[in-house]
Amino acid sequence: MYKEIICSGFGGQGIMVMGKLIANAAMKENKEVTWMPSYGAEVRGGTAHSKIIVSDKPVASGLFYEPQDCIVMNRPSFIKFEHVIKKNGLMIINSSLVSDKTDRDDLKIVRIPATEKAKELGNIKVANMVALGAYQRITNLVKLESIIAILKDVFPPYRHIMLDINKQALHEGVKLADEYKS
Amino acid sequence: MTKNNQKDKNRVLMVGNHIIGQAAIEAGCKFYAGYPITPQNELTAYMADNMPEAGGVFIQAESELAAISMIFGASVIGERVMTSSSSPGISLKQEGISYLAACKLPAVIVNMQRGGPGLGNISPAQSDYFQATKGGGHGDYHTVVLAPNGSQELFDLTYLAFDLADIYRTPVLVLGDGVLGQMAEPVTLKPSFKHEKTKVDKSWALAQTKNKEPKVVKSLFLEYGALENLNKELKKTYDIIESNEVRAETFYIDDCEIILVAFGATSRICKKVMMTLRNEGLKIGMIRPITLWPFPKKIISDAAHKKVKFLVVEMNMGQMVEDVRMAVFGKSEVHFYGRTAGIIPSEKEIIKKIRSLS
Repeated sequence: MYKEIICSGFGGQGIMVMGKLIANAAMKENKEVTWMPSYGAEVRGGTAHSKIIVSDKPVASGLFYEPQDCIVMNRPSFIKFEHVIKKNGLMIINSSLVSDKTDRDDLKIVRIPATEKAKELGNIKVANMVALGAYQRITNLVKLESIIAILKDVFPPYRHIMLDINKQALHEGVKLADEYKS
Repeated sequence: MTKNNQKDKNRVLMVGNHIIGQAAIEAGCKFYAGYPITPQNELTAYMADNMPEAGGVFIQAESELAAISMIFGASVIGERVMTSSSSPGISLKQEGISYLAACKLPAVIVNMQRGGPGLGNISPAQSDYFQATKGGGHGDYHTVVLAPNGSQELFDLTYLAFDLADIYRTPVLVLGDGVLGQMAEPVTLKPSFKHEKTKVDKSWALAQTKNKEPKVVKSLFLEYGALENLNKELKKTYDIIESNEVRAETFYIDDCEIILVAFGATSRICKKVMMTLRNEGLKIGMIRPITLWPFPKKIISDAAHKKVKFLVVEMNMGQMVEDVRMAVFGKSEVHFYGRTAGIIPSEKEIIKKIRSLS
């Protein structure tokens, strides 16, 4: 098993955290992982992405440009990554902010209204968790329990009051993925 | 399998900059001074967060020059010290590094390189190879240069850097880059090599001098021949370092037609290239210098012969390739592929270059 994943969106959407949760959960499941943030003169509202590799064997290089799976949380990310995802790859799209159609017919596309669902839950910031929940459900790359278990390690203590709503958002993402499938 | 699980349980996912910070603390670093610069800011922040609790001192200096001078001061009294920066900031520290070398003061200096020259950009680069390995500041000196390429090595080599600095009384440079600083990988926060607590004589330190013979640490020698004596002494130490401390990793060098030579982040990409092409039946090997100074001359020289070609891959316009050519000494063809100014060479580009050679 060797998987390259890109999480992408705008600064402030929790794009780095999504990636860290996947990497940390996979590490706890004894996988080899790397996590690489995009960094630059980034600003809130600018585009951001994190690259994650999950593998059974030691990872030679954490750098890659063509992911198998891509989670896109906003439109600039959709445009940036639509054509670099590997053949027959997976794209999870935050349909609340991206309505574009893709001309790729090989991709598995899953549209999740992550931002709307997060608003419903009472905090727009957990849209990332909704998307991550959906990603977990579709790929089963890591267990949902593993993600939930490491939330408290990845979030700083002063954010721990947010643990419940994050868990809730993950579960909602799982549900949305099931609904999308059927 | 059991052993694997044991290892896994203790692993944590940390970015490279944090790993270096924790390694320094584990190694007993008691004084850190730094000034912010991307892409090594997480290291300064980590030291700010953790040094006080570890019984050490953290100072955000007013400039890079101040930071290197502060660690000079703390090293003079015998403490384990570190500073860190990225390329333009390391240039500013060169005066201090030269003084540390002249005064035979142990210190660890971390350079998480970014694109240059000038203020450059903030993306990863390896274009400070010349500066790191050929002195950097003025005068007849060397610094030991360690080039980690992943999480565990970032820990191990930072830890080792403090020992080498103490043993040889020399500044030691840890040469990373933006990729290594920003990337997170699992790491065990203990040295993975066999480590015995090094007991080093620091009677030269300017500490506890009351009612004792005065001691002097200086770098100004005006008397005829005095400076030459110092430089000869330094050279003696450098010779010992060259015979004791060369480190490199080799892959398939007895069974290959092309040998890749790369260090740091680039070596990770080259390793992937090597694995991909070997699966296709191409005979590719690799030499990865871990110490850039002392340079693994003999390992490269021994691997060179008429039937093998070298391809040096760097994130610069061709710096280490000069040392490789010198070691190969005409016994093999030596080629170069590099991307520079913050652009990372891709596997595809390297593979294309390799195919053009064979």
